[in-house]
Amino acid sequence: MPPKPKVPGLIKGLGVTFGEMVKTLKDGPQTTRYPHEREEVAPRARGVIALQEENCTSCMLCARECPDWCIFIEAHKYLAPPRREGGKPRQKNELDRFDIDFSLCMYCGICVEVCPFDALFWSPEHEYSEIRIADLLHDKTRLDQWMQTVPDFEPYEAGSDAKVKKVPR
Amino acid sequence: MMHVLASFAPPYWMSTLIKVLVISAVVPTTALILGMVFLFKIMSWMQSRLGPQEAGPRGTLQLLADGVKFLQKEDIAPNGADRWVFKVAPLVVLMSTLLLYVALPASMHLVVANLDVGVFFVLAISSLSVIGVLMAGWSSASKYSLMGALRAAGQLIAYELPMVLAVIGVVIQAGTMSLNGIVLAQADGTIFGWGGIGFPYILTQFLGFFIFIAAVQAELTQPPFDMPVAESEIVSGYQVEYTGFRFLIFFLAEFATAFAFAGIAAVLFLGGWAVPWLPTSSDWYYVLGPAVLFAKVMLVAFIIFWVRFTYPRFREDQLQSLAWKVLIPLALVNIVVTAVLKVVL
Repeated sequence: MPPKPKVPGLIKGLGVTFGEMVKTLKDGPQTTRYPHEREEVAPRARGVIALQEENCTSCMLCARECPDWCIFIEAHKYLAPPRREGGKPRQKNELDRFDIDFSLCMYCGICVEVCPFDALFWSPEHEYSEIRIADLLHDKTRLDQWMQTVPDFEPYEAGSDAKVKKVPR
Repeated sequence: MMHVLASFAPPYWMSTLIKVLVISAVVPTTALILGMVFLFKIMSWMQSRLGPQEAGPRGTLQLLADGVKFLQKEDIAPNGADRWVFKVAPLVVLMSTLLLYVALPASMHLVVANLDVGVFFVLAISSLSVIGVLMAGWSSASKYSLMGALRAAGQLIAYELPMVLAVIGVVIQAGTMSLNGIVLAQADGTIFGWGGIGFPYILTQFLGFFIFIAAVQAELTQPPFDMPVAESEIVSGYQVEYTGFRFLIFFLAEFATAFAFAGIAAVLFLGGWAVPWLPTSSDWYYVLGPAVLFAKVMLVAFIIFWVRFTYPRFREDQLQSLAWKVLIPLALVNIVVTAVLKVVL
C-alpha cells in the first residue's frame, strides 16, 4: 500500500511552482535565449573532435575503431633526416588527409579514447552546422583550428594519484 | 457615451446578429488569451523558462502562428472511421462551449440571454460536451480513442455531480438561479451590516468554491484529472485521430470552456461584474462590467492553471474515489449546513 497523499504536501507543491514563477520573473530563467545569447556549455561537453596534427602518426587506430567509419586517413611514408650526424635517415608518416565526417559521427568518443599519441581531443565548440550535409566533412586544417577551443583537463578529486593529462598547445 | 450605450435598443434581428457575432468572436479570443497567458507564459515561468519569444513582441503571437499552422494541415479521417460522426464530433464539443457563453453575464444587460434558470442552464449545457467526446471516441475506429472517450465519459459524469452540488450552496444563499440575480445578491449583500465590499459568496461558500474548481478541472480534463487524454498511455485519448482544424477546435473548446467556467466561478463566488463602490444600476457597467469580469476570470483561471501545472496525474481509481468519496459527501454537507443556516439566520 503506497502512502496516501497528504494535504500539506499538495499546498507545498503549489508553493514550489509559485515560488519558481516569482524567481523566474525576478532573477531570470535557467535557460538562455540561445541564438541571441551565447550558450555556456559544460567545459567537457562533447561538441566537436579536434586534431593535434603534429601528434598524429597515421597509425589508423581511430579510423579502425570508429563504429561509423567516419574518419578518413591517408598518409605517405618519407625519409626524415637523421637526428645525429652519420645516422640513418628515419622513416616517418606524413599525414595527407585526416577528415571526419560529422554527418556520420555519433560522438561516441572512441577515437579520442583510443588515440595513443594524444592527437584527438574533445572540444565544447558546437556551432558548426552547415546548409549542405556534405559540408559536414571537415578536413585536418579545420580540425586543427578546433584545438584552440579545447579546454585544459580539470584536476581530479582530492586523493587521486592519477596524473592529470595535459593538452598539447 | 454611457448614455448612448444604455439607450441603444436595436431591432430583434440586429441584436441577434450582434450577439452571434460577439460570441463567435469572444470564444476564440478567450481561448487565445488563456492559451497565451497561462499555457505559454505562466507555465514557462513556473518551469524557469521564458516561453515563446520570437513570434511577435515577446512571443505574444505564437498561438496565432500555431493556429495558422493547424489550418494548413490536411484534414484526415481514419479508414474505418464513421466519417460523418467523426467530422461532427469536435463541433458538438464546441457547441457546448458556445452555449455556455450564452448565459454568462458581463453586466446587467450585456448578456446574450438573461435566463431565470441561468445556473441550471449552464450546468446542463456543460455536460453536453461529453456527447461530443463520446462521438469522437466511438467514430475514430481506434482503441486509444475509445478508451479515452470512455474514461472521459466516466470522469465527466462523476464530476458533474459535485459541481452541481457545490453550486446549490450558492443558489440557496442567493435565493435565485439567475446568474445576474446572484451577482445582484452579492453586490447588495452585507457582512454583519457592513456593505463595504458587498458579500462575495466565497467567504461563506469557500468549500463550494473549492469543490467547484476541482470539478471544473476534471470537466476540462486538465491535470491532475487528465486521465482521458493521458499522453503517456493512450496518446491523448479521443483526440488521437484528429488533425488540422478539427484538432484545433478541440483545443479552442477546451480553453474557451476553461474561460467560461472561470467566468461562472467568478459570477457565483466572486461577485461577477459588480464592483463594491458603484451601484449595480450604474450605466458605467456597460464598459466596466466586462473589464471587471475579465479581471476576476483571470484570477480564477490562474488558480485553475496553477493547479494544472503543479500536480501529476491521478490514477483512474483515485480519480473516481475522489469524486464519489470526498467531493460529493463534502458538497452534501455544505448544502445541509448552508440550508440550515439560511433558515436559522
